[in-house]
Amino acid sequence: MHHSANGMAVTGWLMAGEWRAHPVRLGLAVLAIAVGVALGFAVHLVNSAALASFGRAVASVQGRADVAVRARSAAGLDEALYPRLAQLPEVQAISPVVEVPASWGRLARPGSEAKGGRFTLIGVDPLRAMAVTPGLVGISVAGQGGVGSRPNWQADAVWLSPALMRAAGVAPGQDFIITAAGRQARLRIAGRLAGADEAQLAVIDIAEAQWRFGQLGRLHRIDLKLVDGDAAWAVVAAALPADAMLATPEAEATRADALSRAYRVNLGMLALVALLTGGFLVWSAQALAVARRRPQFALLGVLGLPRAGLVRQLLAEGLVLGVAGAALGVALGYGLAVLVVDRFGGDLGGGYFSGARARLAFDTGAALLFGALGLVTALAGSLGPALNAARAAPAQALKGLGDVPDPARRPRAWPGLVMLGLGALAALGPPLWGLPLLGYAAMALLLAGGVALMPALARLLLAPLARKGSAFLPLDLAVRRLWGVPQAAGLALSGIVASTALMVAMAVMVASFRQSVDDWLVAVLPSDLYLHLEGAEAGGLPPADQARLAAVPGLAHVRFQRVLPVRIDPARPAVALMAQGGQASVPIMASTDAATPPGTARALISEPLAWLYGWQVGEVHSLVIGGVPRRLFVAGVWRDYARQWGAIIVPLADYRGFTGDATATEASFDLAPGADPAAVQTALQAALPQAVEGQAQFGRPGEMRRVALTIFDRSFAVTYALEAIAIIIGLIGVATSFSAQVLARLREFGMLRHVGVGRRAILTMLGLEGAGLGLIGALAGLSLGLVMALVLVRVVNPQSFHWTMDLALPGPLLGGLVAALVLCAGGTAVVAGRRALGGRALLAVRADW
Amino acid sequence: MRPDLSSAPPAVAAPILAATGLARAVPLAGGGRRTLFAGVDLAVRPGEVVAIVGESGVGKSTLLNVVAGLDAADAGQVLIGGQDIAALAEPARAALRASALGFVFQAFHVLPHLTLARNVALPCLLAGMNAADALARAEAMLAQVGLDGRGADWPAVLSGGELQRVAIARALVNRPGLVLADEPTGNLDPETAARILDLLLSEARERRAAVLIVTHSDMVAGAADRVLRLSASGLVPA
Repeated sequence: MHHSANGMAVTGWLMAGEWRAHPVRLGLAVLAIAVGVALGFAVHLVNSAALASFGRAVASVQGRADVAVRARSAAGLDEALYPRLAQLPEVQAISPVVEVPASWGRLARPGSEAKGGRFTLIGVDPLRAMAVTPGLVGISVAGQGGVGSRPNWQADAVWLSPALMRAAGVAPGQDFIITAAGRQARLRIAGRLAGADEAQLAVIDIAEAQWRFGQLGRLHRIDLKLVDGDAAWAVVAAALPADAMLATPEAEATRADALSRAYRVNLGMLALVALLTGGFLVWSAQALAVARRRPQFALLGVLGLPRAGLVRQLLAEGLVLGVAGAALGVALGYGLAVLVVDRFGGDLGGGYFSGARARLAFDTGAALLFGALGLVTALAGSLGPALNAARAAPAQALKGLGDVPDPARRPRAWPGLVMLGLGALAALGPPLWGLPLLGYAAMALLLAGGVALMPALARLLLAPLARKGSAFLPLDLAVRRLWGVPQAAGLALSGIVASTALMVAMAVMVASFRQSVDDWLVAVLPSDLYLHLEGAEAGGLPPADQARLAAVPGLAHVRFQRVLPVRIDPARPAVALMAQGGQASVPIMASTDAATPPGTARALISEPLAWLYGWQVGEVHSLVIGGVPRRLFVAGVWRDYARQWGAIIVPLADYRGFTGDATATEASFDLAPGADPAAVQTALQAALPQAVEGQAQFGRPGEMRRVALTIFDRSFAVTYALEAIAIIIGLIGVATSFSAQVLARLREFGMLRHVGVGRRAILTMLGLEGAGLGLIGALAGLSLGLVMALVLVRVVNPQSFHWTMDLALPGPLLGGLVAALVLCAGGTAVVAGRRALGGRALLAVRADW
Repeated sequence: MRPDLSSAPPAVAAPILAATGLARAVPLAGGGRRTLFAGVDLAVRPGEVVAIVGESGVGKSTLLNVVAGLDAADAGQVLIGGQDIAALAEPARAALRASALGFVFQAFHVLPHLTLARNVALPCLLAGMNAADALARAEAMLAQVGLDGRGADWPAVLSGGELQRVAIARALVNRPGLVLADEPTGNLDPETAARILDLLLSEARERRAAVLIVTHSDMVAGAADRVLRLSASGLVPA
């Protein structure tokens, strides 16, 4: 056996020779790996940047306490809890906190000119906070109302985070008007918060917060430092009333992670799909190259290269491809991430991390991981062809006798069928770790099975044509070739099938989702005009203001609604409690006619809530409303795409009875016949109290639908981009495999020309072969894609986002896709043939190989 | 009846190739097997040129492959330099081919993506020589076959005769004890074929390499020290 140094020389010579002869193919294979690695790495970088900044923002608002007692709902906790907890020996230090969503300026819909923003208003007792959450204590600016560097707690003093100062364009010493809980207050900026850079955050004295923003007697959080040990934790937990729960920074981080986890995992999977497609491309390029170079390898075998050496040779080629692709991919991925964060922000348009500014950092570990994935993909793509080449008998292959495709041999169908069956089984599996991992495994298996089935399928579909024959020679030759060499056809098809299937699956999923969202919007927006108070979780319009609105002329009917966040599980984002007057206008998916059991309130739960908490129609569950656990009878499940973390509708009268909170945060108005919507809206606006003017948003169904679908399309922009990349990779695959096959068949063309088949007829034959392959590939890809779309729609989406959707087929898009693929495959084949036939075919009959 | 090995020219050296009782059959499409040859005994000594003739399909090339360890015999034994080739593992067989055997084919099989020097140097690398020495020896070998200074050229610019010179240089560059040639002049015009044959045999004799040639050509057979005819019943003097 040759020594390793000489082995390297042989490997290097052969590699350099091959790539010098086929630089374009080398470039495309490297590019295919690079694109997959780049997408995966970029998605990871952008996600972790966004999540890190979101986590920093959460930590800032928390002020880094050991543990916090949190109110389950925005209504807060009775402040009597504070002295009770303070007396516990397990509590070392304690700081009560009022925390209300607030806004400055005039809040507006995306795209509007109005300037304003949301932030969290926190009220603390500075001396208490110093001991528990020093990050929430402001630094006064000397000479601007402060006393040295000590906090200056005048009644109207407010401390802003640097991020909020930047966003609002204000500086210490200036006035700052805050709207929260339906009230407004003008405060003076006393300084900045040292410990909170990222968060949109303002801190005032706790008593001021309670008095100025209608929270007298209420607290939202009590930050604690405990003595060490789990026992302390248990003692505190036991002392809590029903409307309070213990939350650790870990639980908060889990919640932040949960908020966008499914979205991030889905994007990551899409990127891996692109990498997988790249792997297919490498495999198909390597397999074709091995087929073409078989006599060369045979010669090396005769001259003394052992089989293991040949496998090493091909794996080394794969390794170099992989390393080049991975390095290029990591560089491209970093560039892409920088561009994306700059253009779209950290949430890629998904809307998950509003208010947090993403800071991108190069992650060496992730770069190595994604690089390694690219490398493994390239090696895996090379391994099969390498083993195949090593199995060939050199003497036979050298004479061109070995591995001559035998049309009498039927391609095997069972490996493909087994993989399809396993894929179908995996699709039935449950989510793992809350993620649709088996769903993705099902898609990968279906894809691999479909591709593996291609030779058998090509044979099956072409059998009738091959039996019948055709008087048109190019067509006859094309059909017989495709029928007789289904393995070669399968190779060329794998790229088309893989990319078509992925494209179709994505397109159908997105179309189904969009159609379902549109139908849902029509169902949930039956009124003529809507009012929404932005950032009013802590309190909305009082009854007097509601009555003034209801009295505006031109209204036939008004329904008020109170929406507030409620925590069921500290590690999960809050669910929306929606107290609605009148008949709920939501699309019901399941319901019961059973009478409401005594002592319960009738509730409708959203589909995500049913998924996440396992509540079912007809069951009775407990929910803390107004500080007391209330029994809710689940009368129905409704479809909801707006609140991924769940929502519960209870009758407004019940809610008011439970809580005594008679405010409203939303209203829907049905106009009297003949009333002018614009005039009514103007009159309603005039009837609103001044304090909530900046928070009030009016909307009409048509416009709201348009805005919602625009946001939908924007959040799927990345998906569309990934889809386009899958198409391009697929078409590159078609182009490379055709040009490789045409090169490998030069001798055949030379023979055909010698026996009198014209150049034009050969090109026609190639075009027909290409179009035929394209058609088979597109149809197979279409069928496979539809099955994969079903998995996406019925398995992956419900398991990720906890909502279902109706299947909708984008007919024109799919038809166009099939036509484009057929044309592209035929065109590529002709172009490759034209290049290859430039005189070389005639020489090829007597050429060496 | 077996040919008598003692009919070979008297020589003092031990045979570089000694095959005894070789048999090979091939499976038929409809089931069953067809015997290509059986009972083949063959001894070739250093410096000796032996031609094997016979009808198409009789198994001449297969016999060559069996001798080279590229194909397995159904029965019999092949010793190369005293080593039983069938007893060696695949990597060791490959190593033996690299160091002890040279090959010339009808189709020249010159790798199109390697320069002439690298094509010729391949067997040296595979036998364990370092790249610089291998290239130097390849350049020298190319000069001996009339391609002096052409080492950096690409195969695409060469004629058929020149390509076969490259193939001969590659076959001899490792100073093998035995050169196996399968129709080495089959793709060449008669004049070029004569020159190439002359080159192959003179270079081989100069190195005391034995040559086993499979051929249909009378001219080639006429140049051999011995001519044997292969048939289903064995190998007999022609």
